[in-house]
Amino acid sequence: MRRMSWIAIAAAIFAMPLRAQQKVKSQAAPEQPDNAVLMQKIRDLEDRIIAMEGQIRQLKGQPATGQSAAIQKADVQAAVTTSPQTAVASTPSQATAASNAPASEAIALGGAGGSSSKALNPDISVTGDFIGVAGHNPVQYSPSLQMHESEVGLQAILDPYARGDFFLSFGENGVNLEEGYITFTALPAGLVARAGKMRTAFGKVNTLHNHALTWADRPLVTNNLAGGEDGISDAGLSVQRILPAPKGIFLELTGQLFRGDSADVFTASAKNDVSAVGHLRTYKDLSESTNLDLGFSYARGHNDLGSNFLTRLYGVDSTVRWKPLRRSIYHSFVLRSEFIWSQRQQLPFEQRAFGLYTSVDYQLGRRWFVGGRYDRSGRNRLANTTDTGGSIVLTYWPSEFSLVRGQYRFTRYAGNIDTHELLMQVLFSLGAHGAHPF
Amino acid sequence: MKMIQSCAGLVAVLLFRLLLCAAAFPTAAEAKKLNVVTSTTDMAALAQEVGGDKINVESIAKGYQDPHFVEAKPSFLLRLRQADLLISVGLQLEIGWLPPLITQSGNPRIQVGGMGYLDSSQFAQVLEIRQGAVTRAEGDVHPLGNPHYWLDPDNGRRIARGIANRLAELDPGNTAFFQQRFQDFDRRLSAREQRWDAAMKPYRGRKVVTYHRSFPNFAGRFGLDVIGYVEPRPGIPPTPSHTIELIQLMRRENCKVVLVEPYFDLKTPRSIGRETGAQVVVYLPSVGGEKQVTNYFELFDYDIDLLIKAFQAGQ
Repeated sequence: MRRMSWIAIAAAIFAMPLRAQQKVKSQAAPEQPDNAVLMQKIRDLEDRIIAMEGQIRQLKGQPATGQSAAIQKADVQAAVTTSPQTAVASTPSQATAASNAPASEAIALGGAGGSSSKALNPDISVTGDFIGVAGHNPVQYSPSLQMHESEVGLQAILDPYARGDFFLSFGENGVNLEEGYITFTALPAGLVARAGKMRTAFGKVNTLHNHALTWADRPLVTNNLAGGEDGISDAGLSVQRILPAPKGIFLELTGQLFRGDSADVFTASAKNDVSAVGHLRTYKDLSESTNLDLGFSYARGHNDLGSNFLTRLYGVDSTVRWKPLRRSIYHSFVLRSEFIWSQRQQLPFEQRAFGLYTSVDYQLGRRWFVGGRYDRSGRNRLANTTDTGGSIVLTYWPSEFSLVRGQYRFTRYAGNIDTHELLMQVLFSLGAHGAHPF
Repeated sequence: MKMIQSCAGLVAVLLFRLLLCAAAFPTAAEAKKLNVVTSTTDMAALAQEVGGDKINVESIAKGYQDPHFVEAKPSFLLRLRQADLLISVGLQLEIGWLPPLITQSGNPRIQVGGMGYLDSSQFAQVLEIRQGAVTRAEGDVHPLGNPHYWLDPDNGRRIARGIANRLAELDPGNTAFFQQRFQDFDRRLSAREQRWDAAMKPYRGRKVVTYHRSFPNFAGRFGLDVIGYVEPRPGIPPTPSHTIELIQLMRRENCKVVLVEPYFDLKTPRSIGRETGAQVVVYLPSVGGEKQVTNYFELFDYDIDLLIKAFQAGQ
């Protein structure tokens, strides 16, 4: 119906100037001021057409419209009342508009629906992570070639109050829900809440997916103290809020509560063995191109020895970034360090381990990045055994949607086992354009 | 006598009222000022034109920054948290950075679909809307259309009208003020447009090359012919083979001007300039690209002046 009326209006608009012109011609010779008025009129009409085109674009982009029209079409034909679900999906005005429309027009709307049915779908992206490793490592085995991960991202705005994000990680043999959560964006008092499975807010590298890292692997300290590749990641609830702070300083507090099962870090032997994570983030722009990011994290949960054995983690992360705005796509520099202290209660006595990494990334040109990382970490169950290592990384981005990376990694396990490895990584992403990590 | 007394009484009451108003007015007005945050400086400039002193407006991106690649810095959240209105360019220009900022802002007003979220592309005439299958073999294409649409004064007017209407909805008490500001902007823009059109008239049909595909609305409006791009595909840096082809094309077509956005490297454009004798000009796609360009009018003044000089030098 609306479509018809648009066409009618558009036709009328096109016809009007023509008629007006005829009128002018039929009168005496056209005078200058008349012309100006006419031009103004044409411009106004043009504006109205463009405004209508914009509205059409908006309507096409609106997820609810296409669906409600399609559902209503079925309902009109079946002549039944709307089910509760459709009532939720369609706003009252759309429902009445569509149900007033004759069936033929509902079909016409459906015909335009190639795009409108897609508009309902979440943004879908797939990121492939292919890794090859050369070199002998008796401590930590890595296959020579592997399709390390295929991550499917499904993201959409759910309703006016929330958005949903799913990241399904397919290995070569199995599927893992890497993250899947709802974010409530319309809460009062500036609160942002999440529920679902998520990477916890412990530090920096723990929150990042594999494809957002600047290396092909994760730092030693992550592997030894903070849950390895999956990291501290669990099902639970999260609440964050920006705190009042002196002008120019960003201060944000995040509090999270989880079931208590996270890789080899936390284990819930009983229902009450929940784990908690807290994170305080401060950020300041030092200039328009330089900024400083500081984070303090705490995590507490029960470990695999039972409900009476706690593991506590403390973390400090700091990041200095430089990116000149006029040449932001060509040059950037990031210096990042993370320090993690682990206290694990076990028999005969508590193990207190410490680990850190420091990394540097420099963007040489639009497509080239070079970086390095220093690693040092104790082990959570054997605090006195320290592993050290270092990496050099070179990354090439053919486009924004793929990269090829080479990494040389040296590791000295327990102070006496030396390994030299070469890692090669290809990352590629299809589908919806994701957000750039910061 | 009684008359005088009552008159004096009336005057006193009036004066008292006036004082009250004067005392109450500034705070009330300040409290009512709408906080507007825009993704780019151009939207901020247009909002400022119609909002006047009834709004505080700030842009996230700088005018000399590539609007595709803005970083989602937490400091922007401090502004978004307080915003009554967020104005975006839309058409996926900000897709890499604005959505996470909106989500994390903790501000229900500016969520997509809310009264405090305004996608300006709905008001503008959008070019290069893709029909049918689109793949990234064509580079970082924008399937919804070219998002650099503000470089046509007619679109500027339409966006300003859209912003004025939304400001009026958010602050109904000042509806007349916003409408009057828009009328005034419309008048000034029309007057200036005549000058711009007259200045560009001798150069209609001239051929130019641009670095990125950010120029179609300007070119369409002022009758310029964009024959090629320094980028082989949108978002893909120049390659030697494409550059050679472009040089040949420019020689064939006698194209004497290469326009480069301020955030792109000048190395390739300069070598193209050397090979073809073309003028390499850093034009401004946005307000604030240079310090002296502080509003929407100065943006066109600057670019048109630049183009005319380049055309004259290229002759």
